[in-house]
Amino acid sequence: MPTYLPHTAEQDAAMLSFLGLERMEDLFAHLPAAVRLAGGLPIPAGRSELDVLDDLAALADRNVAAGLTCFAGAGAYDHDIPPVVRALASRSEFVTAYTPYQPEVAQGVLQALFEYQTLVARLSGLPVANASLYDGAAALVEALNLAASTTGRHGVLLSRGVHPHWRAAARTFAAGTGHQIEEVPLVEGVTAWPAGGRDDLAAVVVGYPNYLGYLEDIATARALADASGALLVVAADPVAAALVRSAGAWGADVFVGEGQALGTALSFGGPYLGLFAVREELVRRLPGRIVGETVDVVGRRAFVTTLRAREQDIRRERATSNVCTNQTLMAVTAVIQLGWLGTDGLREMALRCASGAHELAERVTQIPGVSAASGAPFVREFALRLGRPVEAVLAAMAGRGILGGVAARALEPPGAMGGDGDDVLIVTVTERHRARDLDAYVEALREAVAS
Amino acid sequence: MSAAGGRAASAPLVGRESEPTMFELSSPGRSAAQLRATGIAPRALDAMIPAPHRRDDRLVTVDLAERDLVGHVTRLSARQYSVDLGAYPLGSCTMKYNPKMADEVAALAALAHVHPAADASLTQGWLELLVTLEERLCAITGMTAATLQPAAGAAGELTGLLLMRAYHQARGDARRRVLIPDSAHGTNPASVTLSGYQVTTVPSTARGLVDLEALAARLGDDVAGIMLTNPNTVGLFEEDIDPIAELVHGVGGLLYYDGANLNAILGQARPGDMGFDIVHMNLHKTFATPHGGGGPGAGPVAVGDALVDFLPGPRPVRRDDGYGWESPARSIGRVHGWHGNALVLARALAYIETHGAEGLAAVAEHAVLNANWVRRRLAAVLPAAYDRPCMHECVVTATALKEATGVRALDVAKSLLDEGFHAPTVYFPLIVDEALMIEPTETESPETLEALAQALERIVARAHDDPARVHAAPQATPVGRVDEARAARTLVATEDMAVRAGLR
Repeated sequence: MPTYLPHTAEQDAAMLSFLGLERMEDLFAHLPAAVRLAGGLPIPAGRSELDVLDDLAALADRNVAAGLTCFAGAGAYDHDIPPVVRALASRSEFVTAYTPYQPEVAQGVLQALFEYQTLVARLSGLPVANASLYDGAAALVEALNLAASTTGRHGVLLSRGVHPHWRAAARTFAAGTGHQIEEVPLVEGVTAWPAGGRDDLAAVVVGYPNYLGYLEDIATARALADASGALLVVAADPVAAALVRSAGAWGADVFVGEGQALGTALSFGGPYLGLFAVREELVRRLPGRIVGETVDVVGRRAFVTTLRAREQDIRRERATSNVCTNQTLMAVTAVIQLGWLGTDGLREMALRCASGAHELAERVTQIPGVSAASGAPFVREFALRLGRPVEAVLAAMAGRGILGGVAARALEPPGAMGGDGDDVLIVTVTERHRARDLDAYVEALREAVAS
Repeated sequence: MSAAGGRAASAPLVGRESEPTMFELSSPGRSAAQLRATGIAPRALDAMIPAPHRRDDRLVTVDLAERDLVGHVTRLSARQYSVDLGAYPLGSCTMKYNPKMADEVAALAALAHVHPAADASLTQGWLELLVTLEERLCAITGMTAATLQPAAGAAGELTGLLLMRAYHQARGDARRRVLIPDSAHGTNPASVTLSGYQVTTVPSTARGLVDLEALAARLGDDVAGIMLTNPNTVGLFEEDIDPIAELVHGVGGLLYYDGANLNAILGQARPGDMGFDIVHMNLHKTFATPHGGGGPGAGPVAVGDALVDFLPGPRPVRRDDGYGWESPARSIGRVHGWHGNALVLARALAYIETHGAEGLAAVAEHAVLNANWVRRRLAAVLPAAYDRPCMHECVVTATALKEATGVRALDVAKSLLDEGFHAPTVYFPLIVDEALMIEPTETESPETLEALAQALERIVARAHDDPARVHAAPQATPVGRVDEARAARTLVATEDMAVRAGLR
């Protein structure tokens, strides 16, 4: 029975004796007999950690996807993670720390979160960021709640260019909050906004770039929000943000984003990093934790979680959100990754992604039967129409060692796209891809669509 | 000139200074990044992205040499308490030792480098892992099926409440209220509000348990359910769980189990056998996945037969020809961007497989043994709020100490930092005056518990002899007590705000 218990048998006996008890089961004697579990848990016996590691490693080896050259994106990106990020982010002082409720012994995490908030604010072009949320989807859900509480309305115009899973999560939680979400369709890869304002809208939400990779006309969304007295929520990509206008520069009230690309591995979808920033007037409605700078009793600089009166443990049913745990370790990781990249490195990395993506897009659209899904501008991701179901093409490419992208319809609930989009493939290029990877992609796709 | 990246004066080992922010260490022109040679011709930005979309300002992040970045982050780590450093006897959050083997599992390239949208045929290992974990969690809690999507406990709560809502709605049954004991975690009422229900608070008895009569008086056919933590937040087992379940089920309501305290009953009792219909678990508490300084966590939700059809989708399922994804017929939908905090889930499975049935039962036994030993050991200096056997944590009160010396629970907590321990949770649960909530966990040795008890004895003695010194604690930490009011009055949440405020 492997365990991590430090107690010796003699100590167990002495402690029980101190309590006037004889056996361990006496500790549970006050539980009603009817709820006591007889016969132990119906799970296998324990094994040494080395045996368990072997078994899990063998199980993991059945993940064929881990060995493929990854051109899949759609909200989860295969960027390089340098050794320094792995070395620093795995320091146990960060990994095994508790929530920084005792600031005197948590200045390390608190200062790292302050630096994270600074970097997210700069990326977003908005002045204040929180200390992170679970993921991009959770950030969107919280943005809708913030918009509803700010405007006193429940209507949401949600572009279908926002990631389908984020939209799905927004619909799920709207069952409780009562938000009325209307999705706005894409035409030629970008949102076809309705004309004219509405008096029931809390938020207008747009992706930048959208989940197909295309850069949307944010000015139109801003105008629609203005005409409606609604907040503009921009779901932006932090890597693209190195090159394109920031959410804040476009006039966003709220920025949400997925921060996985900033140093966190693909990880089969989690844990990721929910980015969240707002205009200064909205700070008292922020969800989750926020770190502020202050001083200690002798005037030394110190950091502490602040504006705590918004939070669930104090405000209970009137809190701005129910969020308690966030994604601190991923936020610390993002600080290290952005610290390593630096100003020029981040831009260079984003430019390399974009250069590779544009080269690949040009080459694959010369393959007979393959065309771009839109002529709209893009950064490191774009969508193709293959003129045939995408799944078979992806399977053929996997056979050649390539994860060829993400089938758009696989992200939607079955039937949601009504047949339109069955042939849409989302393709992503990152700075990890070399010229020979692009060559191999073009060949694999050419062969897959020809067969 | 920027601050000196190689000066270690902020590390408690050699100095007492503040650590400069990374922005104070930054110097334009410096860089750590080395990108691989791709052989792909670079393109001009203008040629790729039209003018209206291009940044018209230069995004400045930070400019550091790798050596200075490493020094900075390492010094931050030296200013941070952690489980690996010492004990965290704080209630409600089960800060137990995090086995290193789970770190190795999470670092497996064949788990970490898998794209979440890859076809099921390419991710069979992950799917089997998730299905196995779901089966284990159901066996441990006595439930039928589970969703692994919720990213943390609060997300699990809200998911569970939306399941409750969907269940009632499917029966054409519009209900309005959810009952919550006054001892509950703050996330409970906050989650209820977000689920569209209203909170009705149920008072506790003088014994720290749900008041059955008060509960009965608040029940009606508009009650959707009750949220309970068992053992509850004062560390006591709700011995009337049978009549509670009978009463709530009697009006058609459901029982929700807040799994924050599941560590106390592993292998001893199961929520499903107590009559609970919905159970969330905090894998970062009970199953030792590290807290990460406040996340990531994982908050799976397990349910009984009547709720399986409503679970979030898609769910990983085992089929004759392998593993795949399936959405339940009446699913409430997605509650996560992908499949949940997968690498946290993998760590939890590693922990469960290592311990097995007997190991998990021993975990609960020693968690309860340690807590009761501390409760009894401290009786003379800091009496328990409820003088009866506790489960995995005990709540003691500093009310008498405050009356005698003016020293409050907060002062005791801060003094404990100077004694080399993390502070207990204080002023929670709200029903106990001057509460100090101590959860030793099973992984602290009797020697550590004795040292903790002696430290608390010294603090109490000091409170009588030299209360000013206790009020002035902590002194040994990188910073002393911080001015929280100032932080809230003038928000300085970024380096740029600090510059504007004249602080740089």
